[in-house]
Amino acid sequence: MSAAQQTDPALARTLVSFDAHPDQYSHWKLAVDGAVATLSMNVNEDKGLRPGYKLKLNSYDLGVDIELHDALQRIRFEHPAVRIVVLTSARERMFCSGANIYMLGLSTHGWKVNFCKFTNETRNGMEDSSRHSGLKFLAAVNGTVAGGGYELALACDEILMIDDRSSTVSLPELPLLGVLPGTGGLTRVTDKRKVRRDLADVFCTTSEGVRADRAKQWKLVDHTAKPQAFAQAVADRVAALTAQSGRTGSGKGVMLPPLKRSIDDAGYHYEHVDATVDRKTRVATITIHGPKAAQPADAEGILAAGAAWWPLAMARDLDDAILMLRTNELEAGLWQLKTRGDIDAVLAVDLTLKAHQNNWFVHEVIGMLRRTLARLDVTSRTLYAVIDRDSCFAGTLLEIALAADRSYMLALPDAQDEAPRIALSELNFGTYPMVNRQTRMLTRFCDDPKPADAVRGHIGEKLAAEAAAELGLVTATPDDLDWDEEVRIAIEERTSQSPDALTGLEANLRFTGAETMETRIFARLTAWQNWIFNRPNAVGEHGALKVYGTGGKPKFNWERI
Amino acid sequence: MAIDYSERIPNNVNLAGDKTLQRALEHWQPHFLDWWREMGPNEFAAADVYLRTAIGVDAKGWAHYGSTRMPDYRWGIFLADAVPDRTIGFGDLYGQPVWQQVPGEFRSQFRRLIVTQGDTEPASVEQQHLLGHSCPSLYDLRNLFQVNVEEGRHLWAMVYLLHAYFGRDGREEAEELLARHSGDLDKPRILSTFNEPIEDWLSFYCFTYFTDRDGKFQLKSLAESSFDALSRTCRFMLTEEAHHMFVGETGIGRVIKRTLEVMAELGTDNPEAIRRHGAVELPLLQRYFNFWFSSSLDLFGSEVSSNAANSFANGIKGRPDESQYEDHVALEGSYDIAVPEGDHAKEEKVAMRSAMNEVTRAAYVRDCEIGLKRWNIQMKRAGHDFQLALPSTRFRRSIGAWANVPTDPAGRIISREAYDRGLPGWIPSAEDRAHVKSLMQRVTAPGKMASWLAPPERGINNLPVDYEYVHLC
Repeated sequence: MSAAQQTDPALARTLVSFDAHPDQYSHWKLAVDGAVATLSMNVNEDKGLRPGYKLKLNSYDLGVDIELHDALQRIRFEHPAVRIVVLTSARERMFCSGANIYMLGLSTHGWKVNFCKFTNETRNGMEDSSRHSGLKFLAAVNGTVAGGGYELALACDEILMIDDRSSTVSLPELPLLGVLPGTGGLTRVTDKRKVRRDLADVFCTTSEGVRADRAKQWKLVDHTAKPQAFAQAVADRVAALTAQSGRTGSGKGVMLPPLKRSIDDAGYHYEHVDATVDRKTRVATITIHGPKAAQPADAEGILAAGAAWWPLAMARDLDDAILMLRTNELEAGLWQLKTRGDIDAVLAVDLTLKAHQNNWFVHEVIGMLRRTLARLDVTSRTLYAVIDRDSCFAGTLLEIALAADRSYMLALPDAQDEAPRIALSELNFGTYPMVNRQTRMLTRFCDDPKPADAVRGHIGEKLAAEAAAELGLVTATPDDLDWDEEVRIAIEERTSQSPDALTGLEANLRFTGAETMETRIFARLTAWQNWIFNRPNAVGEHGALKVYGTGGKPKFNWERI
Repeated sequence: MAIDYSERIPNNVNLAGDKTLQRALEHWQPHFLDWWREMGPNEFAAADVYLRTAIGVDAKGWAHYGSTRMPDYRWGIFLADAVPDRTIGFGDLYGQPVWQQVPGEFRSQFRRLIVTQGDTEPASVEQQHLLGHSCPSLYDLRNLFQVNVEEGRHLWAMVYLLHAYFGRDGREEAEELLARHSGDLDKPRILSTFNEPIEDWLSFYCFTYFTDRDGKFQLKSLAESSFDALSRTCRFMLTEEAHHMFVGETGIGRVIKRTLEVMAELGTDNPEAIRRHGAVELPLLQRYFNFWFSSSLDLFGSEVSSNAANSFANGIKGRPDESQYEDHVALEGSYDIAVPEGDHAKEEKVAMRSAMNEVTRAAYVRDCEIGLKRWNIQMKRAGHDFQLALPSTRFRRSIGAWANVPTDPAGRIISREAYDRGLPGWIPSAEDRAHVKSLMQRVTAPGKMASWLAPPERGINNLPVDYEYVHLC
């Protein structure tokens, strides 16, 4: 983890980057042995991402989670034979004590929210890989586990906890810090582990937590084992979970080289993605380029291309661009999403993805695209898709427009040949479910299958503005005379409105219909957590989070709101 | 079944009138006795031991002497007399009335403190349970058993608090105190120092001098607590704890005295000659000090501690002898703490409340110095230049700012290689331990002492040194 390399030395800001490599991890050890990958947490307390705190007791900050995220990516792509990931601690009697409290106390609200969002996404990503790729996760909890540490364990398929009569599992956020176990902990305890809600209430308000025997009784963990039997129990659970794995990869993996990225004052530039930031208007423009050269269509060619294969290379660029903008460009509140390229080339790639979706590598690439699009869905920025000349919003790339809050498509009634088109592929109908388990198409129509089915009849067609509007796929279709002004005004109007209210509005409208555990985590839990994070009872001069560790006592405003 | 509680369990907490407490103790006591039989000095269960039993808290009651078999020892429950109108002595609530019940707000913090303290009491009995076989005299054997039964009573004291004030959770924790065992890989004691076996009597004296002294300072801090029952319990425990340190201090003093005699006899300080003569040379003692002092320091926790700060702020745990300080709120002011930076130490200013562990540790270190001064005078008077010294508080630490920082015993930061090279000469080597082990020959004739140990100046309770303090069957 390092500050991003800056090509422009005049840039004085210290940027956060999400680059990592196992050779340079400070906090984790990744060991792969056949079907088993073991990720051991051993946080270096002096290597916090920012100054001012020490990462004691295997506590984590964003830097620790960036390495975890990187390790998971490596396992997905570089180690296809892995069937199970064992998450454990290299420390004795301490698995993980959660997010570092001093870091949270020092952080701005924006940093806290961004940190929680990224860690949430990484944990969701583990469950996503389990559900879609059959990559299983075992939390081998070999000591005390608290707060975010337990939330990490909760993201695993199974939790095996050491029973040494001392180690405890706890979510002490509320009693100790006056906040919620906000990285999914509260929701997963009930929705995933089915802990009865009154027991969850007791558990989440008891700072010292419970020991292994009660944790098992309350369903907070799946299995317990005594210290001397722990290694064998891990081996047993690894064997059982490996047998359940649906992962099919073998042989050599696909190496993930560092991204080709340059950063200058204008923005973040990648091979397939360009993200520019106009800090005056507070608008970022993300341009995604379609395939520039012919792409392989058979499994061998795809594997030979590896990380250079366009769908993966593009997804990695886009994922990083989203993270860089989210973390480093807080004021760029509106993102214009654009594409450039050939619709046919994009649709051809979609056909390849569909045809080889059972190939382990293609399967993982689809997963990467699915998670990257999901990241876009929960990004607290206004997203406008701008479908203009030379764009290629087709199939997989159309999902980006469908993820947007609005889409503007240029109509050229007098020059139909030059008019931009969009196109649908099979992949728009089930390959990239959102975290609500629905397609963006169905979510767009508020779960009404009729308009969604109607759209399905047009797969493969290249739809100009009028047809796209007819099918309900775009928001507005100004013609070339109105285009510049309409788009300008829509952007300027939007960027003048309250960023907080917009975040709330967008988060509501992007997830229509039924809830899932993940939407509950992002919506209900995160919204409440962000409210609490902003309240004087947490962050005021005498707030619980502020006074933690100072020896002072929080002074609450006792009014219930 | 009518039980005479005050006879069976001496107490001043109105056990006879407290049904809740009776129910809890009736369930727990058989488990305690099972534990004592299984983990305590069981081979000596039939021996008659001249023990002191507390049957009251006044001057007459706390030291009631008589011969008894240890399983029949009357473990009692005593609180020091209440201080009328006692008020909170430190922290944010300074000056308010103390609490007769645990406030719900601090329940889990108190529970954890009591459980952690309580866990050390039976742990030390377990650590010491084989020592009786190599006793250097009946006098010492009796002292060991006195320490053991009193650690047992201290466990009772903590269990009383758990039973009386913490409901069902408290009863469960009391059971767990018997379920964890020192050195048990599957269910170890909470603090790692208490999982190390004590295999020889030199270690026992060092343990009672250095590690029990940590207990003294923990009890002193808890005696300041706003939770009155905890405060009163700990105040009474301190009178007993003083005896444990007496055993350590006089034990080490007698080892030194014997060594000085041997050195005078032989006319040399040559370690080999002293060893051949069945005694312990002084530099070996220094290595034992280095080991036990450094491992005891870790028990105070990190130099900078949010837990300690919270405990102080909330009136849960104070500084030892809080009344000697002028500022009992300690919101202002700072404390200088040395932390490692590169190859040297630098001073760092820490908010006073966050430094409470270090404040207590510093008081402890000063207390440890007292015995050393006395022994050094003893050696000087005998005409020797050798002086015992405490190693630096930075040496061989596993917890806090100096954890895993390689330093020499003087606290100078050195390379990892130099540390690994030097360590076998700074703490007892395998050879040292083998020698000490070879000295551990059981001596059970009344009044006789092992070759490496001088007799005590006086016996117990004005009895002669050659009194049969333990009648072995």
